[in-house]
Amino acid sequence: MTATLLTNLHLATPEIFILSMASIILVVDLFLTENNRYITYLLSQFTLVVAFLLTLNLFSGDTFYIFSQTFVSDPMSSILKLGVYFATFVTFLYSKDYLIQRNIFSGEYFVLGLFAVLGMMIMISASSFLTLYLGLELLSLCLYAMVALQRDSSVASESAMKYFVLGAIASGMLLYGMSMLYGVTGSLDIQIVSQQLGAVTNKTILAFGLVFIIVGVAFKLGAVPFHMWVPDVYQGSPTAVTIFIATAPKIAAFAMLMRLLVGGLLEIHAQWQGILIILAVSSMAIGNIVAIAQTNIKRMLAYSTISHIGFLMLGVLSGTAEGFAASMFYTLTYVLMSMASFGAVIIMSRKGFEADKLDDYKGLNQRSPWLALMMLFIMFSMAGVPPFVGFWAKLSVLKAVVSADLLWLAIVAVVFSIIGAFYYLRIIKLMYFDKAEVSEPIECAIDLRWVFSLNAGLILLIGLMPESLLALCKQVVMS
Amino acid sequence: MIALTDYLTLAAILFSLSVAGIFLNRKNIIIILMSIELMLLSVNINFIAFSHFLGDLSGQVFVFFILTVAAAEAAIGLAILVVLFRNKRTIDVDELDTMKG
Repeated sequence: MTATLLTNLHLATPEIFILSMASIILVVDLFLTENNRYITYLLSQFTLVVAFLLTLNLFSGDTFYIFSQTFVSDPMSSILKLGVYFATFVTFLYSKDYLIQRNIFSGEYFVLGLFAVLGMMIMISASSFLTLYLGLELLSLCLYAMVALQRDSSVASESAMKYFVLGAIASGMLLYGMSMLYGVTGSLDIQIVSQQLGAVTNKTILAFGLVFIIVGVAFKLGAVPFHMWVPDVYQGSPTAVTIFIATAPKIAAFAMLMRLLVGGLLEIHAQWQGILIILAVSSMAIGNIVAIAQTNIKRMLAYSTISHIGFLMLGVLSGTAEGFAASMFYTLTYVLMSMASFGAVIIMSRKGFEADKLDDYKGLNQRSPWLALMMLFIMFSMAGVPPFVGFWAKLSVLKAVVSADLLWLAIVAVVFSIIGAFYYLRIIKLMYFDKAEVSEPIECAIDLRWVFSLNAGLILLIGLMPESLLALCKQVVMS
Repeated sequence: MIALTDYLTLAAILFSLSVAGIFLNRKNIIIILMSIELMLLSVNINFIAFSHFLGDLSGQVFVFFILTVAAAEAAIGLAILVVLFRNKRTIDVDELDTMKG
């Protein structure tokens, strides 16, 4: 028994390493004075870099199951984990100065961030309902606490409460669905569940379980009509936390969607395709239309997230390997864009000024042509203008939808993305064609400047050469 | 003899009660926290009933994990509630409306 439990334990070294380092950093942070707090930051970044190398080292074309079939290590999980480390690394880098300026540069941010990363890794590698649930809760509990990090802010605590309540409902729904599936298939192991599906006699309970699971996942993804928390949380939390929530957890949510619906329930694809179509269309509609009415850029980006989630679902609902690869590509590139857009908000802001109004971006070109150009890249990419990466992401999911004989859905998606282009282009108009209300130049630290340029540059670079990343996504989804 | 459907019905009733408690209640956040706990407990009933009638132990193991996570979740929920009360001096659900749009 011990032998089977501990064989191939090395496949979980990245998780074990992150767990140990997060615990060590938690203790080390206790003994640091306020001036030495940057050591916590450096240790966290070091942890992420080492975990990146460990995962890269473990990357192979094969699939292994360990810990009594509850944990899977496959090519897809490795790639998604690499994405999570990268997103978290950049997020920490963006957030450092922001946190220092607002006196919340505390060890908690980084330790909670690392534990959230651990939760995401467990979700990505889950091959049983139990591990999936535990990873999800580890991630969510860390995020609730991070939103409330700014203890004296009444908006932040309000959005933390909303996030907590809706997140807990989502977990409850997901669990209820899992209990139904467990009841009809007799196993918590996702693989066995998928094998047993054909033999299920009680279709009612199965349908109940499916619906509750989709509701739970949709809550976590922030798809309409379960999106109520997204705008409030994005707007209310400190930007350093918003950028964290808007990036890496999206990769984990995509993994959850893949593990549950594709890994476990592909057999009843015809049943969940319809539900996902409704979710995707309403997300694209509400997300893109309501975003037009926003005056707060964080809230606008939240609605933009909702519409992108709709797009992301398009690939999954097509039910083909091509579609899954397209969705994976979409998720990874969306995270890159979302990271850059909130990075720009962080660079614009300074102590006592959050730069979260759209009017704050008026005449940005006169104040900082560099920042305006980078912002132009990001907004064009989000709107789906070639040659930026957002175009290829949209194109590949649309291709998948068309090849699944859902032409009308592709047309609807294109129409909504044209509507969505309006509010992205409005920001470009504000930056380039409006007069600046204040003329002082924008100061930002040199490392922030470099990383931001690199991030926005990557959007252009992958946009010019999307083939390799697309091929990689295809390759890992196929295996 | 109590049948499986009886357990499932009980769990479904408790689950519906908790969802109703969350969405209908407009007064007090603590009631929402109680409803969330009730929701997780109704899921536990489901798991244990299935586990018993399937003769499979893993469902009961899951319940232990749910109970532990529920405790952690309640701790974080109450902590956020305390922070919220300090900032707003109220835990009225209707007062949580600073952000709109």
